[in-house]
Amino acid sequence: MERVPVLKIGDILLVSIQLDMSDQTAVQLQDDLAERIVSTGCHGVIIDITALDIVDSFVGRMLSTIASISKVLDAETVVVGMRPAVAITLVELGLSLNGIRTALNVERGMELIAAARPDEYDDGEGGDEDADDETTDTR
Amino acid sequence: MTTGVDLGHPQAQAIQSDEDVVRVRQLVRTVAVASKLSLVDQTKLVTAASELARNTLVYGGGGTAEVAAVDNGRRRGVRILFADDGPGIADLDLALTDGYTTGGGLGLGLSGARRLVDDFTIDTGPGRGTRITVTKWSR
Repeated sequence: MERVPVLKIGDILLVSIQLDMSDQTAVQLQDDLAERIVSTGCHGVIIDITALDIVDSFVGRMLSTIASISKVLDAETVVVGMRPAVAITLVELGLSLNGIRTALNVERGMELIAAARPDEYDDGEGGDEDADDETTDTR
Repeated sequence: MTTGVDLGHPQAQAIQSDEDVVRVRQLVRTVAVASKLSLVDQTKLVTAASELARNTLVYGGGGTAEVAAVDNGRRRGVRILFADDGPGIADLDLALTDGYTTGGGLGLGLSGARRLVDDFTIDTGPGRGTRITVTKWSR
């Protein structure tokens, strides 16, 4: 069975899913992540699904479960990089991705996590009060 | 029943393990690309195939998928037959209801897959196994 690598970058665990996962691999990733959240004390998890050309109900449920587990372990999960065709298909499939935060890319995902914990990621600009508010690009 | 003429031989894939579900997805993707389905339609069909292949494995106890490129004179498409000799589905209406499951999943596999394809036929009954045929046509 193949395994999805979990990388630690600062206070964030980054998972970039680069293979067509079997169900077993997906469940293993769920277990690995829970383990790593506890062993590293990280407060953020970013799951990059840019390379996934489908998300079916099994993977969707895995993403929801990871989000729930990490919440219980005091970490935020953000799923980033969903392809447009995948989003369209997910909605038609009827999957709601309960409790999952999403962002368009890794950078925005990191901003979301930082905004959710303003005390720990004080970058001198003051904390963003409303973490749910997708900020617009002001360039 | 689904109409349309087979273009060449259907390709069969046994479904006996998690890895076989991955192989079904890859086979369906290859045929969908060759049949010139749009990216969104490819994604929908591969997602539906993933759900149905998993059902064949989990509920049917394993079986086969047969993937064929088809042509109805106006449009090209991809047809997939999932067959197993498992226990069959006793209450089809219930099984096709969103959220209903006997397997601990989300209950979106069958109902969601039906929404993602253009034609969906199912032949099943207690003790008769299950045969599901789905077709996705190019736009």
